[in-house]
Amino acid sequence: MLAKRKLGTALALLAIFHATILFAGFLAPYSYQTQDRELPFAPPTRVHWVDASGKWHARPFVYRFADDRANPGEYVTDFSIRYPIHLFDIGAPYKFAALFSARVHLFGVADPGRIFLMGTDAYGRDQFSRFLFGGQLSLLAGLLAALLSVLMGTAIGGIAGFYGGWIDEILMRGGELFLALPWLYLLFAVRAALPLHVSETQVFLLLVAVIGMIGWARPARLVRNVVLSVKEGNSVVAARGFGASDLYLFRRHILPETYSVVFTQIALLIPQYVLAEVTLSFLGLGVGEPMPSWGSLLSSLQQYYVLSSYWWMFLPAILMIPLFLTYYAAAHAAQERLKSVTL
Amino acid sequence: MRYIGRRLIHATLLLLGVSFFSFALLQWAPGDFFDDLRLDPRVSAQTVEGLRSQSGLNRSLPVRYASWLESVVHGDFGFSLAYHGPVGPLIALRARNTLILTGTAMLMAWLVAVPLGIWTAVNRRGWISRVFGAATSTLLTIPELLLFLCLLLLAVRTGWFPAGGMRSANSGNADLSSEGRDLIVHVFLPALGLALVSLPVLMRHIRSAMIDVLDSPFLRAARGHGVGRTRLLFRYALPTAANSLIALWGFSVGGMLSGSLLAEIVLSWPGLGPLLIEATLSRDIYVVVSIVLLSAVFLVFGNLLADLLLFATDPRIRVD
Repeated sequence: MLAKRKLGTALALLAIFHATILFAGFLAPYSYQTQDRELPFAPPTRVHWVDASGKWHARPFVYRFADDRANPGEYVTDFSIRYPIHLFDIGAPYKFAALFSARVHLFGVADPGRIFLMGTDAYGRDQFSRFLFGGQLSLLAGLLAALLSVLMGTAIGGIAGFYGGWIDEILMRGGELFLALPWLYLLFAVRAALPLHVSETQVFLLLVAVIGMIGWARPARLVRNVVLSVKEGNSVVAARGFGASDLYLFRRHILPETYSVVFTQIALLIPQYVLAEVTLSFLGLGVGEPMPSWGSLLSSLQQYYVLSSYWWMFLPAILMIPLFLTYYAAAHAAQERLKSVTL
Repeated sequence: MRYIGRRLIHATLLLLGVSFFSFALLQWAPGDFFDDLRLDPRVSAQTVEGLRSQSGLNRSLPVRYASWLESVVHGDFGFSLAYHGPVGPLIALRARNTLILTGTAMLMAWLVAVPLGIWTAVNRRGWISRVFGAATSTLLTIPELLLFLCLLLLAVRTGWFPAGGMRSANSGNADLSSEGRDLIVHVFLPALGLALVSLPVLMRHIRSAMIDVLDSPFLRAARGHGVGRTRLLFRYALPTAANSLIALWGFSVGGMLSGSLLAEIVLSWPGLGPLLIEATLSRDIYVVVSIVLLSAVFLVFGNLLADLLLFATDPRIRVD
């Protein structure tokens, strides 16, 4: 019972995380390419309730940054004008859930005030908005790649386990080839094969295909083991005796048995693949600017002065951790539940 | 002997497969090294074609693969288009550096993981064990990229460690011992990062392998016969668990290599990683293929070594 509740909690949390990323356009105050060249590397904006004279306000507000005349490149807070935060503010147009055009944002401040919850990057773009939009790309890449490799793994592992013999031998030896490679090197090799200057969608799809295709071997192995143990079971033998076709047997009796393994594998692979995409974009091999991805948000940290002076540039990497933790928890709970069912 | 022979043949086939696979991928890809040259209006199309045929890029896949294999046998590993020279010497130095880094990291990780893994397996219920369990789970979820970046921040902010490179600039005519010290100072940070990445995985596996052995009937019987704690652990349990530890070591080589790629790039260690990314971006295909092949060689070699060790320690393998 406990395992079931754990799994439910993890899945609910994951749903919340994914909804946040899906509705990035609505939740983010700016679009991912809105620049404010006056404010490069501005620190996160503080939200205030109490103004400079000690007066308390019901509606939270922010102050504007101004250039520090004494230290160039630094900012001082201009306490003279308050910019109250408005809910359902009208701002930059975006696609709501990638379908409907909209201009309403959950919150925002009137010009020339700015609200940067996670600071800004070198072009004065809001890191918070870019983090939400970047998640769309990184998470979608992870999800699609995980689905692809698990689908391939299930098909190949299922066939190998079901037919056995030389088919099994060839498929599993081929899988060993993929398991034997240090995957990051292979990813590089494949990325080297892709043209550097192609459209964003193409790069994205190619990346997903590459990441997904490298990873099929492990799920294939696990699925094969399940199929091997199931196919000698009474239900399969009986159905075969009644003249069931291979396809029917596979769909009706064998495939359902692999669901739990498949689910656990997906939950484990998604964070891994998101990280793979993050790594590639970090190194400049992913989808290029101005489209943000969690990896390209971090890539400016390769410069020492960004690394040592602007701590908020680390925030995207830190915010990824809860998501990964939840995925691992979901996989763990699913596995635990699987054990309690079989016992 | 037959077992070893079979493993060797298997390894060779694997390497051939890997090299052909990466070679074919690069061949099918549109574009090549001279693409940037084509965009230059001062260079005529004939010149580019001439350069292509000179470097053999216009020949068919099997021919190129065969000639590349031949040059691998000679130790050249093909011709680097960007460096105008054979790839072999170019990557030999880098490979040595990568091996220094991964070797150090492996040593660090195993020296910590084995005692801790055994200790937490023996004292399973203690609160310290639980603290270690929580610590490893946390470490497991931190992306390696973040970990390396934090180490780099540490180096840049505090100045306790050099932020990249392998040698200090002024160590040209230093004697051997100070040169060694210099190397250790430089290798410490990337190796620490790599070791921290693999530590939680290793500790978990070692712990569960030890728990499996500690719970087995023969050990309970030995305990019942009054065998002492120390003897039980080191004479009975550890040799039995050694098998899975050796296999684990063989597997961990691959993880180490993948991790070292990123660590080398982020912490600027002059190993295979920075060269690979440079070659990837300039589409210097023989360098890319050779590095992928080399990484596979390290990996296969690690697995082979683990197999041989298992062969030596486990009599059951020698029977079949």
